[in-house]
Amino acid sequence: MSETTKETGGTGPSHRSMEISVALFMALLALIGIYGSNKVGIGWADDGPRAGFFPFYVSLAVLISCAVNLTKVLMSADEGEIFADWNQLRQVGAVVLPTAIYVGLIPYIGIYVASALLIAVFMRWFGHYSWLLAIAVAVGVPIATFLMFEIWFLVPLPKGPLEIYLGY
Amino acid sequence: MLEDVTNLFHGFAVVAQPFNLVLMVVGIVLGVIVGVLPGLGGANGVAILLPLTFSMSPTSAIIMLSCIYWGALFGGAITSILFNIPGEPWSVATTFDGYPMAQQGRAGEALTAAFTSSFVGALFAVIMITLVAPLVASFALRFGPPEIFSVYFLAFCSFVGLSKEPPFKTVASMMLGFGLGAVGLDQMTGQLRLTFGVEQMLNGFDFLIAVIGLFGIGEILLTMEEGLAFRGNAAKLNLKVVFQTWKELPRYWMLSLRSCLIGCWMGISPAGATPASFMSYGIAKRISKNGSKFGTGQIEGVVAPETAAHAAGTSALLPMISLGVPGSPTAAVLLGGLLIWGLQPGPLLFTEQKDFVWGLIASMYMGNLVGLLIVLTCVPLFASILRIPFSVIAPIILVLCAIGAYTVHNNTFDVVMMLVFGVAGYFMKKTNYPMAPLVLAIVLGDKAEEGFRQSLLASQGGLGVFFSNGLVSTIMTLGLVALFWPLIQSGWTRLRFGKKGLRPAE
Repeated sequence: MSETTKETGGTGPSHRSMEISVALFMALLALIGIYGSNKVGIGWADDGPRAGFFPFYVSLAVLISCAVNLTKVLMSADEGEIFADWNQLRQVGAVVLPTAIYVGLIPYIGIYVASALLIAVFMRWFGHYSWLLAIAVAVGVPIATFLMFEIWFLVPLPKGPLEIYLGY
Repeated sequence: MLEDVTNLFHGFAVVAQPFNLVLMVVGIVLGVIVGVLPGLGGANGVAILLPLTFSMSPTSAIIMLSCIYWGALFGGAITSILFNIPGEPWSVATTFDGYPMAQQGRAGEALTAAFTSSFVGALFAVIMITLVAPLVASFALRFGPPEIFSVYFLAFCSFVGLSKEPPFKTVASMMLGFGLGAVGLDQMTGQLRLTFGVEQMLNGFDFLIAVIGLFGIGEILLTMEEGLAFRGNAAKLNLKVVFQTWKELPRYWMLSLRSCLIGCWMGISPAGATPASFMSYGIAKRISKNGSKFGTGQIEGVVAPETAAHAAGTSALLPMISLGVPGSPTAAVLLGGLLIWGLQPGPLLFTEQKDFVWGLIASMYMGNLVGLLIVLTCVPLFASILRIPFSVIAPIILVLCAIGAYTVHNNTFDVVMMLVFGVAGYFMKKTNYPMAPLVLAIVLGDKAEEGFRQSLLASQGGLGVFFSNGLVSTIMTLGLVALFWPLIQSGWTRLRFGKKGLRPAE
């Protein structure tokens, strides 16, 4: 992988390899689509196309486009552009990971508690705020949300053991 | 025509009810906040706030949602000018001259110019909608399934042929969207498609989840690359500056008019507000006497893109309410809202739900006016929102996105899907796969497919039904022209200029 970069001064996975990966991934989805469409039938019944007709041709189109895109990428010269440098990717990952945990926890502890945890983690780890401020905001925002959504607009949100304990 | 004017006044009466007025102001404020914050752009913000409106009447709901839309349109300009961060894709062109102006201490001038131009552009588009929408709707009442499908066909082909993204990437995006939209229960045969026995896939992928994930989470992830700091210029808007700028602006009425037309034209087609703003900037640069100074803080460089972008954003609602085909992802979200409230967007809306449609159109006038007043007075307030450190704002945005994703179907699986779409959106954006066709395909895929199959049902399987009469053939041909436009264009230039190609690039 070349070391030359666009604006950043670091190294990272090359743009080219990313393009190839994305095209391959989409092609994989297309193949899944083709397989799934086949299961419900892709031909013509008496009264028109069967359920799998449309998804089949659509998936085929995706496959063909991916092939074209892939060919274009493979045929063009590698200019050494990087997709993002590892630093940037680390920052992105630093958001994706807590969010993934957050999303995973919601069904179990409810969205309010999970949100409080997420905000506290962000403020403490990334923002280096004091515990007091972090907790204040982390508790304040879910409470405000609770008031706005549950009480004012009457929109229920997932709740966990804490809320059940409090009688909601 | 006269009847429409009466309807419009009736619409104003509906809007002027105190509850709706309050909603309008709330909507605009929320909209500007949403437009100012990254990751909560127009389409995403409307999607998240959509469930709040379930307890209101559809008319009140659409008034609030469309005001959020206007607010977001205005808000995008604030961050572009003050922070060089485009709040929306269509505010990118505004940063070219807006940010230099702010750096020269002329932020107030730039902001006033931007807001006023937006107002003018939107107003122009709304007047056009008032005049044209009922005509289009009455015309469209004569549409049968083949005609309906041909309109969708035209819309999708325009995306492929007329957007600046590589066509095969657009096709891939779009087709993927169709595929995703097809997951779940097939309406015509009652069979389950592509669910592979996973219970949560029964309902398929709701496009709102896709919107929140792609445009919301994806946007945040992209912003994360730049790190966690927003540094911007101070913004104070005093009345003197406002009036001074207002005195100067009428000089550019020709530019304004041109931008309005560009905006309206591009807004109606699914191309949308972003290309409109770039096109308008480019043309203004070429035509203006000060063209060479564009990029250093020319006020025309702010007027042109803002007028066009707002005209486009507003006129994107025209095909939505009259034909049921949204002209932009945000319009698609509004369309989704209409479906959820049980309204059938399209020509029937004009005959069966007059209150709603004209209330919406009237709110467009008032919403823009109120919006202009609010942004002119409250800019420092909104700008200071961005001063809140990212480590505080980012999790809050994530929480709001999660809430938005959950409330669509009260399903925590959707929140997971939102994250998946978010990561996918990040990769897609970085590799130049356009997201708008994906979203539009998820929204419209079912309806387009339905139109296709109903047409074939009627014609007993012959594809010729799509060219069976003048109207549908015309639309289909337009679609094919749009699809192959880049080829046509290059062929045409080859013919005119021979092998030498185009004029020297600028």
